[in-house]
Amino acid sequence: MNITVNGHTCWAKPGETILDVADREGIKIPTLCHMSDFSPTGSCRICTVEVEGNGSLVPACAFPVYEGMAVQTNSPRVRRARKTIIELLVANHPQDCLFCVRSGNCELQKLTQEYGVRSHRYAGERRRARIDIASPAIERDPEKCILCGRCVRVCHEVQHVGAIDFVHRGFKSAVAPALERSLNTVPCVDCGQCVVNCPVGALTEKSHQKPVWEAINDPERFVVVQVAPAVRVALGEEFGTEPGTVVTGKTVAALRRLGFDQVFDTNFGADLTIIEEATELLGRLNNCGIMPMLTSCSPGWIKFIEHCYPDLLGNLSSCKSPHEMEGALLKSFYAQRHGIDPAKMFVVSVMPCTAKKYEAQRPELGSEFPDVDAVITTRELARMIRVAGIDFHKLPNEGFDDPMGESTGAGAIFGAAGGVMEAALRTAHHALTGSDMKSLSFAPIRGLDGVKQADVRIGEVTLKVAAVSGLKNIKPLLDDIRNGTSPFHFIEVMACPGGCINGGGQPLPSTPEKIRKRTESIYQIDRESPRRCSHRNESVQKLYSEFLGEPNGHRAHELLHTHYVERDEF
Amino acid sequence: MQVQENSQQIYEKYPRKDASCLIDMLQDVQEHFGYLPDAEMQRVARHIDIPVSRVYGVATFYNQFRFQPLGKYVIRVCRGTACHVKGSLDILRTLENELGIKAGQTSKDLRFTIETVACIGACSIAPVIAVNDEFHGGLTTKSLQKLLKSYQKNDRQSEVQHEHV
Repeated sequence: MNITVNGHTCWAKPGETILDVADREGIKIPTLCHMSDFSPTGSCRICTVEVEGNGSLVPACAFPVYEGMAVQTNSPRVRRARKTIIELLVANHPQDCLFCVRSGNCELQKLTQEYGVRSHRYAGERRRARIDIASPAIERDPEKCILCGRCVRVCHEVQHVGAIDFVHRGFKSAVAPALERSLNTVPCVDCGQCVVNCPVGALTEKSHQKPVWEAINDPERFVVVQVAPAVRVALGEEFGTEPGTVVTGKTVAALRRLGFDQVFDTNFGADLTIIEEATELLGRLNNCGIMPMLTSCSPGWIKFIEHCYPDLLGNLSSCKSPHEMEGALLKSFYAQRHGIDPAKMFVVSVMPCTAKKYEAQRPELGSEFPDVDAVITTRELARMIRVAGIDFHKLPNEGFDDPMGESTGAGAIFGAAGGVMEAALRTAHHALTGSDMKSLSFAPIRGLDGVKQADVRIGEVTLKVAAVSGLKNIKPLLDDIRNGTSPFHFIEVMACPGGCINGGGQPLPSTPEKIRKRTESIYQIDRESPRRCSHRNESVQKLYSEFLGEPNGHRAHELLHTHYVERDEF
Repeated sequence: MQVQENSQQIYEKYPRKDASCLIDMLQDVQEHFGYLPDAEMQRVARHIDIPVSRVYGVATFYNQFRFQPLGKYVIRVCRGTACHVKGSLDILRTLENELGIKAGQTSKDLRFTIETVACIGACSIAPVIAVNDEFHGGLTTKSLQKLLKSYQKNDRQSEVQHEHV
């Protein structure tokens, strides 16, 4: 069908909204509550447009097109209405942009600039609320909330966690955790999907920048940093590079200039995880252990299963996540080798994740000292680089320090959903048959689908595997396990849709296009790696022969494995 | 404990995993307890398999639901137009100050609950409050304090008598 937008005739499909058509035609209509792939709510009204013959303005995100429709997206009436909506939102907002962590990439701030809001036209009572800082990972400032509902929708509809929802009504409306308690007391899994979907500064990560700076500036401390696989394909965005640009070398150089004593790669920990996890999987297969085995790298997922499916904790791999393994080794193996007092060592992880902040303070992850002392997100690292006056673009490419700087393509793909599975299969194949697979790429478990499954033939065995991302998608599979009807041997689970590349700590805004590009880059790193199987990592091999002994052996269990806790369903 | 056991009947009445029962269940729970205890909202959530946050969100949306038990004396302050003109806001503030609670809350000793109502229907004696079923009109902040004292005294006497029995 044809409609006209601002006088131009455009082609449209029945069922599309005005926003869909305008988007395709390159006509920008501002949105706040809109989320692609979700049914529209039309709650913020900022996408308001004029439709000829229709008396009142209509929301473009929710209004379906019809043959012969004539739309104005830029009439004086539309502009005036949008400006008023912004002014009303601002009137109920703290307006403390100077101190807000989202200043510069806040969607409300951007709109006030675009629509030329230059004065406080409406002044009056404003919503008052307490900041909630009790969660180890996420901070909430309800006064900044504009009630767009994106956090609520992602928490309920994508994650099926439902930790937060709208409460009260009218002027008192707010987004709050269940029973208006603090976020740390409800079954929030700290995944941070609410943070990446928040248009303003109402939801942010709990910053660890301060303790990290303090450690760096303390001459007594030996400060070690490690970088997760998904950080290097996203950090560049913070400095204006094309999404998906691989900035590994510059990231390492920046970390050295920030003053870290050693810069290591979490991909090394990932390779190590694969050796342990593949060994564990084969052990379970051979000894009729609890099946299917579920991966344990994603701390949001771990918290989810502890809250909602505690009866299935036996299915979880006992492997710590890669950065925790690496932290444990830094404070034991590395400290011993270099005569460093582990009490004076400070391990920092740069992660694409908010849940890792919570994970780092789990008491079972560490012995005398925590394995990891602080976790900063990709965004926080960018802030530290900026405040240190480092021109990211002028940095040379530098390499990681030894020995935990060596990694393979298998470690790199941990950053994308399906990657852990693929990496584990490469090593399991070698362990079972003594040779590497002919093709190291598994197309069926790559990509951004929420549930991907495959049958993988390794020698005599056929393994049924699945890779799941987004917590909503794992529920049916867990129910099958509960009922004893699960056909799978091995399931990878990532809390965030698409995996770590779309983690709660990644640069904002996180658009589907950027997520796709970050994913492509992750696999590009793998393709270009000289070694693509974790068991080919020579530093990992050496670590086993000189220190750890056998995979899944006594020492490995002590340092690299953990246990889980049953938590309240609430 | 006994109350808990009895509330079991509420849950037996409704099918599991049927979210459309939410408001009916909340009404039954409130009727049983006089308010919606946190633990019961959690139980309702488990029963119909939706997050507690949603149960609480729905419950707080409607004015009919309370989240604290009612006091022995429920004081309803009329905030209608006539009472407003006659100074009902002062009456309300005085009550809140005297009892140390806000409208919608119950004092810690479970004696008093303050509620506001849009119009109590007794405009001729504005400003007016109702304590349980007794109406008190033509109030001033001073007469209100006196009234409140009489209820507090009453309460203590009945307690003393109770002990003697």
